[in-house]
Formats: sequence, structure tokens, C-alpha cells
Amino acid sequence: MPREQFIVIVGCGRLGRHLANHYSREGHSVMAVDVDPARLAKLAPEYSGFRLEGDATEPAVMKQSHAEDADRLIAVTGYDNVNLAVAQVARTIFGVPDVVARVNDPEREAIFQELGIRTVCPLTLAARELVAWQTRSVDSG
Amino acid sequence: MKVIVVGGGKLVYFLCRNLIARDHTVVVVNRNETESRWLARRMKALVIHGDGTDPSVLEEAGGHDADTIVAVTPSDPDNLIICQVAKLRFGVPHTVAVLADPDNEKIFPKLGVTTVVSMPRIVSALIEERTAFEDIINLLPAAEGRVNITELALSERSPIQGQRLAEIPLPRDSLIACVIRQDEAVIPRGDTLLAAGDRVLLVSLPASHAEAVRILTGDVD
Repeated sequence: MPREQFIVIVGCGRLGRHLANHYSREGHSVMAVDVDPARLAKLAPEYSGFRLEGDATEPAVMKQSHAEDADRLIAVTGYDNVNLAVAQVARTIFGVPDVVARVNDPEREAIFQELGIRTVCPLTLAARELVAWQTRSVDSG
Repeated sequence: MKVIVVGGGKLVYFLCRNLIARDHTVVVVNRNETESRWLARRMKALVIHGDGTDPSVLEEAGGHDADTIVAVTPSDPDNLIICQVAKLRFGVPHTVAVLADPDNEKIFPKLGVTTVVSMPRIVSALIEERTAFEDIINLLPAAEGRVNITELALSERSPIQGQRLAEIPLPRDSLIACVIRQDEAVIPRGDTLLAAGDRVLLVSLPASHAEAVRILTGDVD
């Protein structure tokens, strides 16, 4: 990402925090959203973005997060359905150009990719990595 | 018709009983094991214990030949995903989401849900109408609130009692669709006389609703 972007991150668990700290360090403008203020408080001390306590599945909270100005929205709460719903609302209603949802269930992932939602499935990624690793060791062995 | 109902609580129990009484085939999907057993003991319906947003659970519920799916869980995002999975994976033609957040009522149809109902909005509409006009017996917003169907009782105060329907200066976009007199329902014509004690069914668009009610009851908002 060459220029400075406005990135909304929904869900401030381990992955969300990691992303928020990373993009903030890179000089992007970040909005971290979570229902739990304790999780927002765990952001790194040098995190310079915004924090918003609220449930992003409420359109009013999405509005508060200034989603309509966002270049990207990354939905990484612990709940597949929340991530999928938030991603769709961000894209369809708030016109966010670049939207990604974390989905843990590969079967659900397949359905929503058909709908044109960009998804990341940790299980699929780990499986691909492990298979690639095994192929490499077979090649070199 | 085959209907899959996803959710729990007494709302689901009574909804299913109602549907079964009207000869529909009902399948319930419920997350809670104890509640699933309770529902299965009390109803002539297949009850499946599982997560209704999980495609394999909807398959077990017979998603492929369902005509309608009703999502009534307490979570709006879950209800959205239930409807979308049913439509995308199993081609269920009619999807209904019962929602908590009224803001989602405008959004979910854009995401492919056929029918959305917001309980807080309907109840608020009922309360407001009831406190403003005590003669209003019933208010039913139809077509997501674009049309109001209102049942009104004509009292002694009503300025239109004794008038013929054709003489009543109802605003545009409003219509008296039915007159109920001593438990007999009549579809009125222009020469139908209205009397105190009649109940009328008013069909109106929101813009002309208040004016039509004022003319019929004489109440000022």
C-alpha cells in the first residue's frame, strides 16, 4: 500500500490487534472496533489509531467508525457470521472498496466466496502451508 | 408448504404450532440440546439440534426441498447468514429474518433476504398509534412499512357517521377496503352508509395515513 490509507479493523483479538498495530506502525490511519473495551486497551502503547467500543453488526456503530471513508475493512472477530455480515454491510451499504472477512469454517467460506466476499480461512492457509512444506522436504530429500 | 424455523424460545414454539395447525410441514433447528428435546416432545415436527448457520445442519433439515426458511435467533448477523446459506446453497426461495435492530430492516433485503421483520419497529408503531388514537384497534404495516392497514372503530364523535362512502373526503392514496358491522364484513361501495359502531379497514400509504385517520375519527393528532 503506497499511500496512507484509512483502515477499519473489526474485532480486536490477537489477530485484529496484530493488524491494527502493524498498519498503525506503517503510518496508516486505523480504526479498531470491538465490543469489549478490555481488548481495545491491549493495543500496543505506540498504536496511534482510533478506538471504538461497539458492536459493528449495528449499522449505527459502522457509521460511527466512519466506514464510508474507509479504504479497507478487515473483519476478524471470533465469529464467522459476524465477520461475514459486517463485511457485506461494509461493501454493499458503506461502499468500502476493499473488504476481507476471516472465516473459520471452510464450507461457509466456499459459499461466501461465490457471493464475491473476500475471505481468509486460517485452517485452509495452515493446511496449504503444511502441504507445501511437506512437498519441499520430499523434493530436497 | 415446507418451512424450516431456526431459533429457540417460546416464540419459535408458538410459531411452529401455528404453522403445523395450518398444515405446513415444519422442521425446527435449535442450538440448545435441552430445548431441542423439549420442543421435540411437544410438537409434531422434526427437531434438529445444531447450528442453523452451518450448511451441513441445514442439509440435514432438508434445505433442498424447503419452500421457506424463518430465522428467529436473537442475533441479527446469524439470521442474515442463515437466510443467505439457505438461499445460496439450497435454493430456498423464500427467506424470512426476524430482527432486533430496526436499521437492519433496510439493509438485509439488499443482501438477498426476501422478507424482514423488526419486532421493535412493529411494537413501537403499535404503541404510537394506540396512544394517539384510542379508536384504532389494529395496525399492520405491510410491504415493509410502505402500506398501512388499520382497523378503526367509528365512535359517536366521528364526523363521517351517517355519510355515504362517496361523500367522505378521503385523501389520495387511502381507501376504505372493508366495513365490519355487527360481525358482518361488507366490501363497501360508494353508496354504503357509515354509522357509529362500525369498524372499518383503512388501507393507506404513510404520507396520507394521518390525514385519513383524522377524517374518519375526528381526532386531531
